[in-house]
Amino acid sequence: MSAVDAPERSDPSGRGAAFSGTTGGEELTIVEPLIFARSRDERRGVRFPTASDRALNHADGQPELPASALRAAAPRLPEVTELDLLRHFNRLAHLNHAIDLGFYPLGSCTMKYNPKVNEWAARLPGLADSHPLDPEPMSQGSLELMWLLGELLKEVSGFPAISLQPAAGAHGELTGMLMTRAYHRANGEGETRTKVLVPDSAHGTNPATASMVGYQTVTIRSNERGGIDLDALRGALGPDVAALMITNPSTLGIFEDQIDQVIAAVQDAGAIAYMDGANLNAILGRFQPGAAGFDIMHFNLHKTFSTPHGGGGPGAGPVGVSERLAPFLPSPIPVLAEGDADEVRANAWAGRSTPGARFALDDDRPGSIGKVRSCHGNFGMFVRAYTYIRSNGGSGLRTISDDAVLAANYLRVRLRGTYDLPYDRISKHEVVFSGRRQKREHGVTTLDIAKAILDHGIHPPTIYFPLIVEEALMVEPTETESLETLDQFVDVMEEIARTAATDSAAIKRAPITTPVGRLDEAAAARRPDLRHQFADAPAATAPGSPPTPEAPTA
Amino acid sequence: MVYSPHTEADRARMLAAVGVATVDALFDDIPSAVRAGDWAVPPPLVEQDVRAELARLAGRNRIPDVSFLGAGVYRHLVPSVVGEVIGRPEFATSYTPYQPEVSQGTLQSIYEFQSLICELTGMEVATASHYDGATATAEAALMACRLTRRSRVAVSAGVNPDYRRVLETYCSGPGIEVLTVPLDLAETGSGTTDAARVEALVTDDVACLIVAQPNFYGQIEPMRDLAEAAHAVGAQFVAVVEPTSLAILEAPGAYGADIVAAEGQPLGIPASFGGPYVGLMAARMATVRQMPGRLVGAARDGSGRKGYVLTLQAREQHIRREKAASNICTNQALMALAATTYLTAVGPAGLHEVADLSSVQARHTAGALEAAGLAERRFGGSYFAEVTLRLPDAARRHAALVEQGIVAGYLPERDEPALNDTLLVAATELTSDEDIERLVAALESTR
Repeated sequence: MSAVDAPERSDPSGRGAAFSGTTGGEELTIVEPLIFARSRDERRGVRFPTASDRALNHADGQPELPASALRAAAPRLPEVTELDLLRHFNRLAHLNHAIDLGFYPLGSCTMKYNPKVNEWAARLPGLADSHPLDPEPMSQGSLELMWLLGELLKEVSGFPAISLQPAAGAHGELTGMLMTRAYHRANGEGETRTKVLVPDSAHGTNPATASMVGYQTVTIRSNERGGIDLDALRGALGPDVAALMITNPSTLGIFEDQIDQVIAAVQDAGAIAYMDGANLNAILGRFQPGAAGFDIMHFNLHKTFSTPHGGGGPGAGPVGVSERLAPFLPSPIPVLAEGDADEVRANAWAGRSTPGARFALDDDRPGSIGKVRSCHGNFGMFVRAYTYIRSNGGSGLRTISDDAVLAANYLRVRLRGTYDLPYDRISKHEVVFSGRRQKREHGVTTLDIAKAILDHGIHPPTIYFPLIVEEALMVEPTETESLETLDQFVDVMEEIARTAATDSAAIKRAPITTPVGRLDEAAAARRPDLRHQFADAPAATAPGSPPTPEAPTA
Repeated sequence: MVYSPHTEADRARMLAAVGVATVDALFDDIPSAVRAGDWAVPPPLVEQDVRAELARLAGRNRIPDVSFLGAGVYRHLVPSVVGEVIGRPEFATSYTPYQPEVSQGTLQSIYEFQSLICELTGMEVATASHYDGATATAEAALMACRLTRRSRVAVSAGVNPDYRRVLETYCSGPGIEVLTVPLDLAETGSGTTDAARVEALVTDDVACLIVAQPNFYGQIEPMRDLAEAAHAVGAQFVAVVEPTSLAILEAPGAYGADIVAAEGQPLGIPASFGGPYVGLMAARMATVRQMPGRLVGAARDGSGRKGYVLTLQAREQHIRREKAASNICTNQALMALAATTYLTAVGPAGLHEVADLSSVQARHTAGALEAAGLAERRFGGSYFAEVTLRLPDAARRHAALVEQGIVAGYLPERDEPALNDTLLVAATELTSDEDIERLVAALESTR
C-alpha cells in the first residue's frame, strides 16, 4: 500500500490526536522524532558542581590516567534542555497503551491494577537510598522487610523455605533447575537424570530454561480435556528424568484436577516436581503448592503481587522450595539472627518493631547453588509486593483469586457462542478461545481480530499461545476490572465477530486509530536497524589529556 | 480485597451468568486432598496503616550521613526528571510491547536506549536490557561459548566478586569451566590482571577472557593488551565496564572488545538495597544472532510510517523454546528507560562532569588520607573513581565509623584474604569536600 491510498486515520479514542500533522525533521511520517533530532550543540539539562581548588590540589598528587586509557571521541549523547526531554518522553508516553489507560486482558500476564501506595513505599528515602552493602546494623529495615515478605510468601504458598533473589519468572525457573541439578548431584544421580518433562502447553521459558542448565526437554502431550496426560507422563517418567516443570493452573486456564496424582507420580520416580507459578493469581487461598507436595515454585511478583510491569520489567521471581531442596537455595538468605520468629511476626503484623530482634544475611550455606544475581534481588519489587500483601491481607488475597476466576468464567460463558472454546470447562484466571471459525469461514485470523481490538482502546488478549490451541485468544481479565468493562469487552468481541462475517476487509485494515498501522516485522528482521546512525560527521573530540573540571567536552 | 470493583450485586450477576451458586463451585476441580486450609496471613490494612508500617521499616534503616561505599553500586545524583519520566503510568503500567501499534512509546525509548548504549560503548548493537551487570556478564560468557563452541571461560579476579559468583552459578548448569586469572596483588603491584597468568591460562580452548575496566579495586587495566591476548587464541574479549566512566575512559569498541557487559545502576537508578537495576550488553552486528534477550528494530507500516518492533525474535524462548539463545523474558525495561532519561538529561557534558568530579574526589580522598598519614594506596598504577587503600586495622576502624554514621568504604578482605587491612573507597559527584574532611577526622579519631 502506498502512502497515497493509506486509509483516513480517524481517532475516536483521542489518544493519537495530539500527533496529527506533526513532523519529525526529515522524516515526515513519524509521530515523534528520535531524541537525537532534538539535540543542539551545547544545549544543557542537568548541571554538576565544579571541583574546589582544595580537591584539585589533593588530586594532583595522585597518579594520572594513562593517555592510552582515555577516550578518543566523546559519546554523542543528545544535548537537550529538561523541557525538551520531558516533551519528548511525555509524547512517547502518549503512544502507549497501559493498565492505567484501559483494559489489558493479556493472558498469562496478570495485568491488574498496580496500586500507587506501593510506589510511594518504594520511593521512601530510607529504602530507596539504602546501599546493598551497607553494614547490617544500618540495613535492619531492608532486611526485616525481606524476611517478612519471605514469611508471607511461604504462608501463601505452603513452602517451608524461600529465596527472593531471582529477578524475574524465567530467572526463578533457572534457579529452580539449577537447584534440581544440585539435588540430583548430591544424591549421585547428577549424570543419570538428564531429562526434564514439559507439557506441550508450557511457556517457552520452561524448555529454554531446561536447556540452559544442560537438560534435554521431553514434551508431554495434553489430554482431550486440556490437562496433562497422566499415562503419557507415567510413560515418560523414569530414572533418567530430573524434573517435571508444570504450570498450574495451565496456560489454558485449567486447574490440573489430577494434580495430586501428578505430584505423586513424579516423586515416585525420584524426580523433582516444579510448578511454574505464573498463574498463582487464580489459586490464592485455594491451593498451596508447597503443602500439596511440589518441590519448587517460582512466584512472579509482577503478576500476582501487582508490581508494575514497566513495559517489560523489572519483575521479581522468588522461589519457594520443599525441605529437601532448601540447602540448595541461592545465597545469601535474609534470616532472623536474634529474636523469636513468632514474636517478630506478631509485632510486625501489629506495626511494631521487636526490641532485640536482629536480621542478617546468611551466606554460610555450603550446599547452595551460589548467587544468581548481584546483591539481594529486585528489592524495590519486594517493597511493593509487601505493601500489596499487607494492604489486602489474608482475606483480600482470597478475594483476589475468587474475583479473578469469576471474571474469567463470566467472559467464558458470555463469549463461547461467538468464538470457539476448545476446552469448555470451568476455568481459572484465564480462558482460551480460538479464532478458527472466523478464519475458516471469513478468512479473518486471530492476528486480524487482535488488531481490530486495538481500535476500541483495549489491549488484545495474548494470541497464538498456548501453541496447542489453533488461532488462540488467551483472555485474562484479572480481578480489578469492573463488570461494565467486562461487558464492554464482550460487546467489542461480538461486534468484531459480526464485522468479520460482513466486512472482513475492514478487520484486515485494522488498526486505524493507532499512531502507526501494522508494522512489517518480517522486513525489520531481514534488514535489522537496531540503533540510530549518526550523519557522517566525525564525533566530537574528547580531551586527550587526563580530565580536568575546567575542560568538559561539549 | 482493597482494589475490588465488584459489588455483591455484580458478583451475583456473574455467578448467575456462569450458572453456579457460589464462587466455591469454581474451585471444585481442585482435588479435595490438596485443597488449602487456613493460613496465617494478617488482616488487611487501610492506606494510612500500611503507610505507617512501611515508614516503620524504612525508619529501621540508617542511611549513612557520609558514605564512601561503592563496590559496584554508586550513589550518584538521580535527576528529578528521571523519576518523573519512569513514574508515568503509560511506561510503568504497560507490558512487554508485543502489540507494537499501541506500544510505540516503549519501543522507541528502547531503540533510543540501544542507540545510547552503542554510542557509550563504541559497539554496534545493544540489547534491550538484562537483570543486572552480573547476569549480563554471565550471559556474555555463555554467548562467547556459543560463538566459539568452546566450554571454558577465563575471568579476571578484578571482576566484581558478586559477578564472578553469578558467573560460576550460570556456568555450573551446562558444565562450563570457569578459570580465574589472578591480579598482581604484590605490595607494590599494579592491582591489575596478571599478564603472565593470562598467557598461561588463556589458551586456545578458552571461549572468552572477561576483564573489568576499571576493575573492582578501582585500577585501570591495560585493555588493549588483554584484548590482543584473547584474540591471539581465538577467544572473545568481554569488557565489564562502569558506564559513567565511559565519558573519559576509552570506549570498549575501540580497544577490541567483542562483548560489553555493564551494570547500568549509576545511570539514574537509586541504590535501593540492590535493585531493580539494569544490565547492559553490547556486541558486534556479526554476532547479533547469538545475543540473548530482546532487541528493538525500526520498521515501516503499510503507509510507510516509521515505527519500532521487537525484532530478531527467532533467538528467543517464546519462538525457539529449548533452542533459544537464553531463557530471558521479562527484563528491566523501566530501568532501561531510567538510564535513557539520565543520559539524555546529563548529555555529553554532564556525563563528563560526573565522571570527572567522581574521579577528582576519589583522588582528593586518597590524597587527603595520605597527607594525614592515615592510609596509603595499596597498588601502583592509576585508578579511576575508586581506590584501594592500605589502612591498618581496617575492619575495626570501619566498624567504629559506622557507629558515627559514616561508611568508610568496602572491606575487600571479604572476598580476597590477601587484601586484609585495606579499604576500597569510592567517590562520586555527590561526595563533598566536607564528607572527605569528616572521613579524615573520623579515621584520625580511631588511630
